[in-house]
Amino acid sequence: MPIIQTEALTRRFRLRTKGFRSREITAIDDLTISIEAGESVGYIGANGAGKSTTIKMLAGILVPSSGTALTCGLQPVSQRRQLARRLGVVFGQRSQLWWDLPLAESFRILAAIHDLSRDRERERTAELVENMELEEFLATPVRQLSLGQRMRGEVAVALLHSPELLVLDEPTIGLDVVSKQRLREFLLAERAAHGTTLLLTTHDMGDVSRLCERILLVDQGRLAYDGSLAGLSRTVAMRRVLVVDLAEPTPDLHDLPHAEHLGSEADGLRQRLAFDPEVTTAAALLAAVSEQAAVRDLSVEEPDVEDVVRRVYVSRGR
Amino acid sequence: MGSRTRPYRALLGARMRAQSSYRASFGLDLVSSLLIGLVELAEVWVLYRAVDEIGGLDLTAALVVFGLADTAFSIADLLVGHVDRLPDYLRAGTFDVFCLRPQPLLAQLITSDISLRRLTRVGVGFAVLIVGLIANDVTLTPSSVLLVLLSLLTGTAICTGIFVAAAGAQFFLIDAAEMTNSVVYGGRYAANQPGSVWSRPLIAVFGFGVPMAFTGYLPTLTLLDLPVPWNLPDWAGWLAPLAAIWMWGLAGLSWRTGTRHYQGGGG
Repeated sequence: MPIIQTEALTRRFRLRTKGFRSREITAIDDLTISIEAGESVGYIGANGAGKSTTIKMLAGILVPSSGTALTCGLQPVSQRRQLARRLGVVFGQRSQLWWDLPLAESFRILAAIHDLSRDRERERTAELVENMELEEFLATPVRQLSLGQRMRGEVAVALLHSPELLVLDEPTIGLDVVSKQRLREFLLAERAAHGTTLLLTTHDMGDVSRLCERILLVDQGRLAYDGSLAGLSRTVAMRRVLVVDLAEPTPDLHDLPHAEHLGSEADGLRQRLAFDPEVTTAAALLAAVSEQAAVRDLSVEEPDVEDVVRRVYVSRGR
Repeated sequence: MGSRTRPYRALLGARMRAQSSYRASFGLDLVSSLLIGLVELAEVWVLYRAVDEIGGLDLTAALVVFGLADTAFSIADLLVGHVDRLPDYLRAGTFDVFCLRPQPLLAQLITSDISLRRLTRVGVGFAVLIVGLIANDVTLTPSSVLLVLLSLLTGTAICTGIFVAAAGAQFFLIDAAEMTNSVVYGGRYAANQPGSVWSRPLIAVFGFGVPMAFTGYLPTLTLLDLPVPWNLPDWAGWLAPLAAIWMWGLAGLSWRTGTRHYQGGGG
């Protein structure tokens, strides 16, 4: 049986506009998905695409307007308390930790909340503390932790009761490169060790390419793509962006082979060029740029979700 | 039983440790809540400087009313007063986090905090009650002791019910805490006065709708053998448990409707 199954899941919100008038918006529209136990799924889409709304419906926080959802085989709202024992959720923007108390206390309290036996509590806490490298700040009050440390704590406590499904809503938002990498490695290890199913929403294509075997792309509440990352790149070509800092103000570089000029700053001193790594390479593009202007510095950016979504649109002919 | 209460003991223990970790401010809170209690008492006392009787009660009887009602409300405030911060919880997403835990939402909200700083306020109310009982020469019979204890217990239940009912309304009325506060704290103020001076609408609201009269005024009349108004029998003070059941019925309804609304309509 699938661990997540939705059937024509729909959620509408009424927004009050001026006075007593109200307007209805559809946050999630006719979403039918099925995720098997053990899968690792990236749920991506632009801001406001309906990702968090979906997660809230799967976790029993919101009631669907129509359609059905089953999470771990349970009705999320009416069987919320049973579901809570089998589901772990991390919201990047809201904390489950006790702000005023040392991080270690959050483990203790959540162990009590999930009624873990003392042995199980000790064993699981030790495992998570070691894998997440939390030891050095376990005694620090949560309010004094850095964002990266706190997020590691958030993910660790969400896994304390060994849920079979872990849902992460923007887990890497605001993290530096090293913290992101650590968190990803930990999630991979946790999955390998316990077979935990992962569902994560993210803006970061890096998360998706390192963690997820399957991608669900939502756009304006509708499912726009369901398949592998490789399949998605075939449809929309995962473009990277080469950012070059030039020695002198230069007219926009529009006529480079296999590249699209995305924008310029400071009279063309910095220019952003998108390219498809399957068609050309950063080196070839750099060589082409160098023929027209002297390059002082450069960086390469990973594709971002907004860009992917935009291009899925284009490829569908809208 | 032990494992049933374990989550709540852990939650409350955590809050107590967190509060006592800010020692100086905790001490100041204790003092300020003592002072507020004394000021409210002074209000009653000042009125009786001008007159001998208000609504058929002399000062000593008024002290019993104040003692019973204010102790009950203060205990309720200590235990569940923080539920009126629900709008903050909704805004910060704390309420969503409650939904991810395997306990009932209301039980989690109630045990999410405890206002130990209100202990001094409870102390004021209780001291006034003892003084009032002595001043009235209340004899210690099983029935008088039972009536006082029952009033404190059901009074606390009524007041916690009011807090919860107000919290349920907050799901609909984000930013309308002032409106619900007028009922909650207005009720407290009314309950500290003899009910016989209330106007008709007040009798309807705080006598029966939100039954504050049963937290101090009516039990006092029964205890001191004073005439009971509003066509109620002399033993009306013993009806407080019914009032508590009524109030908790309202509270349950309000909370249920509120959470349904949040899951169904809010964001």
